[in-house]
Order: sequence, then structure tokens, then C-alpha cells
Amino acid sequence: MNWVVANADRLGDLLWQHTWISAIAIGLGFVLALVVGWSAYILRSSHRKAVRQLSGVIISASSLLYTVPSLPLFVILPTILGLGWLNPLNVLIALVIYAFALMVRGVVDALHAVPDTVRDSSIACGFNKLQLGLYVMLPLAAPVMLATLRVVSVSTVSLLSIGALIGVENLGSLFTNGFNRNFPTEIITGVVLTIALALLFDLVLLMAGRVLMPWQSALRAAGES
Amino acid sequence: MSLLQETLAWFSDPAQWSGPTSIPWRIVEHIGYTFFAIVAAAVVAIPAGIYIGHTGRWRKLAVLSTGSLRALPFLGLLTLLALWLGIGPLISIIALAILCIPQLLAGMYSGIDAVDPHAVDASRAMGMTETQIILRVELPLAMPVILGGLRSAVLQVTATATVAAFIGAGGLGRYIIDGLALRDTPRVLGGALVVVLLALLLDGLFALAQRFGARLAYPAAHTAPAVNVLAPSPSPNSRRTTHDQPPTHNS
Repeated sequence: MNWVVANADRLGDLLWQHTWISAIAIGLGFVLALVVGWSAYILRSSHRKAVRQLSGVIISASSLLYTVPSLPLFVILPTILGLGWLNPLNVLIALVIYAFALMVRGVVDALHAVPDTVRDSSIACGFNKLQLGLYVMLPLAAPVMLATLRVVSVSTVSLLSIGALIGVENLGSLFTNGFNRNFPTEIITGVVLTIALALLFDLVLLMAGRVLMPWQSALRAAGES
Repeated sequence: MSLLQETLAWFSDPAQWSGPTSIPWRIVEHIGYTFFAIVAAAVVAIPAGIYIGHTGRWRKLAVLSTGSLRALPFLGLLTLLALWLGIGPLISIIALAILCIPQLLAGMYSGIDAVDPHAVDASRAMGMTETQIILRVELPLAMPVILGGLRSAVLQVTATATVAAFIGAGGLGRYIIDGLALRDTPRVLGGALVVVLLALLLDGLFALAQRFGARLAYPAAHTAPAVNVLAPSPSPNSRRTTHDQPPTHNS
């Protein structure tokens, strides 16, 4: 405990570094996945077979990115991007790739989970494409997207700590440093802070869900009673 | 000489192809760690998953614990275990097993959970014992989802086993960790490429295995597409479980 108090400044720095890298990675990954996933969804309902196949290829290729192991990607990216080993951007980009890869399928599944009848009746009611997307598809698909986003958020926060192995400072640095100094307290502090940060992100996402989708809690209450 | 040429030179160095630090031997080590970690995790996850899936008890606890285990940073777990229990392959395997238990467990119980309850009731009505129901009805029908869980567990462990080299374990991670320590970039890149190839290869093998598993679960869907309507279609089940158990991570 004394160690934590004595090093509060450094812990604060690492926590902040961890927070901003994860937050940007999660946000960017989500936006990219929304754009690509939605395009794939639109292409899938095309009349032409080739276009439908293209949609499948986009989804599989995006998911395949997820197969690339993290530590190798962390070390390969600096070479490809030429940013230098210690630049946090390398790790950030790697995390965006993972968040994107994990999220794309979630977006497509969420859009497919919207009942066709609802979609068709909105079109019949005269909604144009933009209105259909914004007022019908997005709100109905959002809960499922949020579920995937929460998984993305937890795994991003936990994955970033691996970046410490290539020298990018974040809460993971407490693990490498604690191990090298044979000092378990430092590692435990790191584990606790990482889990706390993951929980915090999860809480923020949940709250955002409550605020943006107020009808969800009403539905839940109705379902339980 | 460019980095690419240097990396190629690293690959063509005969030192990489014989002896205990050679690429083939490191691959064997790597697959060995992965194998033992998965087996150790399966010893826990298979009985627990069957119990939870079959009885429906403790489901909430299982969902909660798999979720929170996901938040646990692997590097933290690994270094902590290493300081407490000592360094080496065994500790790495234990840490890797802990890491992939959620994946396997979620695949087991959500797979069994998604089995059509009518099929289970019908089997019971025909006089099958609970053991027979589990072995002959639930497990075969759940096989595609279980294999999905196994696939993500294997991938996760293969990827994460590289990190284990940090506490002195062998495997392909040695090239990356040692290369980083020595500022030997070709070695780092060479090792990284081998791991990526290994992961893609394993993923491909599992894709094939899953196709086989689906055939096992829904033979009618493949032999006679026309009567597809009668057989429980795999798609609603698999869609349901994807939200339940999203593919996870290689932290």
C-alpha cells in the first residue's frame, strides 16, 4: 500500500496512457466496423450473386485479421509503418485492427437480427433509405452491437498490456517491471488497475446504452414483471 | 541490406534449421505448450460445461466468471504466477490453461444450451438415460458450437504462448522476446512471421473440423437438403450463440 501511495504519480501516468490508447482504439474500431459491417450488410441483400459473395469475403477477411496473434502484430507493425519501436501509435493501430475485426461480425449480425417484417413495413410506410437506417435499423440493432462492443472493450483494455513487452508504456509496464524487480505488489497493483479500468469502460458503455436506448430498460422491466 | 532481406537471411541461416533453438523445434515446443494448456483447461471445462449446459444450474455464475476472467490481463497473471511459483514451461502452461478456460466453458454450455429442448424431451420419453442423452443427443448436436469454442481457445493460446517466453519458457515467442532484448530485428520479425503462419494454419484446420462437426450434428442438412425444413436448422442456433459467446481474445 505504501508503495502505491509513494508511486501515485507514475501509476496515474500509466493509467492515463492506458485509458487514452484503449478508448481511441475502441472508438475507432467501432466506427470502422460500423461503416464496413453496414456496407457488407447492404451488399449481402444485392440481387447480384457476385456482390453478395463480395460481402461474404469482406466479413471473412475482417474476421481473419483477428487470427493474427497480438505480440507478433505489435512487432511487425513498427516495421511496416516505420514509426519507430517505442511509438504508442503502433500499439494503437494494432488494437484498432483487433477491435475492428471483432466488431464487424457483431455489426452484421445485429443488422440481420432486425426482423425483415419491420424493415419491409417501414419501407412500405414510405421511409427513405436514410430514415430507414437512422430511425429503424440503427435503434433496433444497437442493443446487439452494444453487447459485442462490451466484449471488444474488455479485451482491448486487457490486450494493451502486452504492448509493454515491446516497450510501450501502459499499465502492462507494471507487470514487466514488477517481474524484473521480483516485486509482486507492483504486478498486483497493475492487475487491479487493469481490471478496474475494464470495469469502468464497461460501466460507461452500459450507461451510454441506457441514455441512448431508454426504451431498453422499459422493455426489460416489462419482460420481468 | 533491407530489413526484408535481413529477415530472409535469418530464415536461411542453417542455425535456424537444426538443434534445440531451431525453428522446427520451437514450433514443436509451441504446439506442445498449446496442447497441454488446452488439455488442462478441458479437464476443468468439459465436465463443468456439461453439468451447466445439461442442468441449467449455475449458468449465471458461469457467464459472470467467464466475463470477468476475460478482463484479467494475461501478462499480469503470468508474471505473478512466475514470481510465486517459479519460472519455466509448467507455469506458462498453467497460466495459458487459466486463460482459455472461459472460451472452452462458454462453448460447452452455450452449445448444449442451444440444443432443441424438444429433442432432449423426446429422447427422455423414449427411455434414454441422462448419460445417454448427454452422450448421444446433446453433445453431437452441440458439436459445432463446442468446436467453435475450442477453435477460439486454441487460437488464443497459440497467440498468447508467445508472451510466455517473457518468463523464460520456450516456443516461438523466444525469437521475439530475445530479439527485442538483443535489438535483433530480423530475429523478431522472423519469429513473428512463423507465429502468424502457425495461427493461420491452425485456424484453417479448425475451419475444416467445424464443417465436419456440423455434418455430425445435422447429417440430414447435408445428405438431403430438400428436407432441411424438418431438421432443426443450424443457423438460428448458431446465431443465438454468437451473441452469447463472441469470439475472444488473444491477450
